[in-house]
Amino acid sequence: MIKSTRSGITALPESQLNPLLSSYNRSLVKSRRNSLAYTAIFIVALAFAWWAAEIRPWTFIEKFPGFTSYFDRISKLDSGARVWTDPVEWFWGLRKWLRLMFETLLISYMGTVIGALGAFVLCFFTAANINTHKAIRFTARRFLEFCRTVPDIVFALIFVVAFGVGPLPGILAIMIHTAGALGKQFSEVVENIDMKPVEGLRASGANMVQAVRFAVLPQVIANFLSYGILRFEINVRGATVMGFVGAGGIGDEFLLAIRRFYYSDISAILVIIIATVFVIDLLTTRLRSMVGTGAMA
Amino acid sequence: MNPANFNVTQPDIADLAQRYPNIMNPSPRGKIMTGLLAVAMVALIAFAAWWLGLSFARVISGINQLGLFAWLMMPPDAGSQTSLYFRALGETLAISLLGTVLGAVLAFPLGILAAANVLPSWIFRFGLRRSMDVLRSIDILVWALIWINVVGLGPFAGVLAIASSDIGAFGKLFAETIEGASAKGAEAIRSTGGSRLHELRFGLIPEVLPVILGTILYFFESNTRSATIIGIVGAGGIGLHLYEQIRTVEWQHVSYMIIMILVTVAIIDYGSSKLRAAIAGRQPEHRKS
Repeated sequence: MIKSTRSGITALPESQLNPLLSSYNRSLVKSRRNSLAYTAIFIVALAFAWWAAEIRPWTFIEKFPGFTSYFDRISKLDSGARVWTDPVEWFWGLRKWLRLMFETLLISYMGTVIGALGAFVLCFFTAANINTHKAIRFTARRFLEFCRTVPDIVFALIFVVAFGVGPLPGILAIMIHTAGALGKQFSEVVENIDMKPVEGLRASGANMVQAVRFAVLPQVIANFLSYGILRFEINVRGATVMGFVGAGGIGDEFLLAIRRFYYSDISAILVIIIATVFVIDLLTTRLRSMVGTGAMA
Repeated sequence: MNPANFNVTQPDIADLAQRYPNIMNPSPRGKIMTGLLAVAMVALIAFAAWWLGLSFARVISGINQLGLFAWLMMPPDAGSQTSLYFRALGETLAISLLGTVLGAVLAFPLGILAAANVLPSWIFRFGLRRSMDVLRSIDILVWALIWINVVGLGPFAGVLAIASSDIGAFGKLFAETIEGASAKGAEAIRSTGGSRLHELRFGLIPEVLPVILGTILYFFESNTRSATIIGIVGAGGIGLHLYEQIRTVEWQHVSYMIIMILVTVAIIDYGSSKLRAAIAGRQPEHRKS
């Protein structure tokens, strides 16, 4: 009794099919029960979050025109004309904004480079294959964890109180966060190297620093550079909001525009930020592929 | 081996240098380039320090201040506001969860549309991808400020801010996942007589779902960090209290909240990495502590 389906594929008879089906179902019971349990937990969590975050869908629907009209407002000049009809008026503060954006880039550059240097030194203390001293490794790891888990803007808030308003707290906050984030990535790279060159150098009498210089570094430097460049890109985005808490860059001016409802300024600064982030994105992608192919190493 | 054979003598070195000229006497070009790069980077640092008007004296006095703050932070203490802070932390988690889920749900159709193997029109795809890039390049805090203008102060604005920035990131990642899915699973289902729906259910979904769920969990982790600071601009969560206590220099409260955040993030990270491993059906990543 072999049935034939539409595509000409022969199907097994029911008597053979049923045991197969029931064994398939039996084998899935556990995973189905698990998925069901996870789904239930997820739904409960979602309901709780809904209540805790004061979600009001009606307010949202009611006010949603406000969102679209917000974009309408920021695309209008004071005179009521659309911003793109008069770019000179729209970007009246271009010189100031570009200077602030340049400042933002410098802040993220300094933070990234100094932070990466810190990460570079620390990563050898946290890599299990280089530093065999357990207590030092543990301390270094917890330190890096602390540096990257506390959000950079929280560091910036504290530093603004300590160092005063300006780019300095921004640089330091980005630096600490970068050291923490890159330190982890760097040490993972170091832990994945081929240890044979290191052993070879150690066996021929090199000390650990020399072994790191001549056996570890050549293996990791391209990856380090690549991660560092990627971090710079992330930090540029982060630095644009440092000014929200008084830590330098374009954020301060941007917050002012939003708070005082200088609508066309908001869109002008947004355009500058987005354009800069795009350009940095493109450049760093280029640079990273250059590093990857060893053109710079 | 005789230890005497182990000593490398001058003639040996000369011999090695002759046999491996590139390694023993590399051309100076690489070294010069590296040197120039290092000089340029240091020069840019110096220039930045000058342009930004950094002064060494201020760094020193600031570090002294920080030392004082660290001293004043001990021991961490929330005074009478413990329950307030814990409620705010719960709100932070709620913002993060809802924002991530909302972003993922909205990004899913966009991701499908942006996948090259789904929609062949490259102009549409290019437009969609660039718009998602724009969504991504605006920081969450900026999104929060925009949404506060629409729905008012509070956690709801935070949820929408996280969702807005996540749509861009999720859309891109989902599209890449779908593009990367191999057609073999679906083909196998088809060859045994499965319908188009069976292909999706047993061919495509089992292949992309673990990756997508893993991505979502990963973003939930990172959004929890973002949600802790979103209160700085008034979009709910513990950030508002943190901001206020820093401004009123209540350092014991500040350290208490920072520890709360650290512990929460650690728990979420741990749980999420376990869950991600379970979803992927593999053991957790090999980790040495």
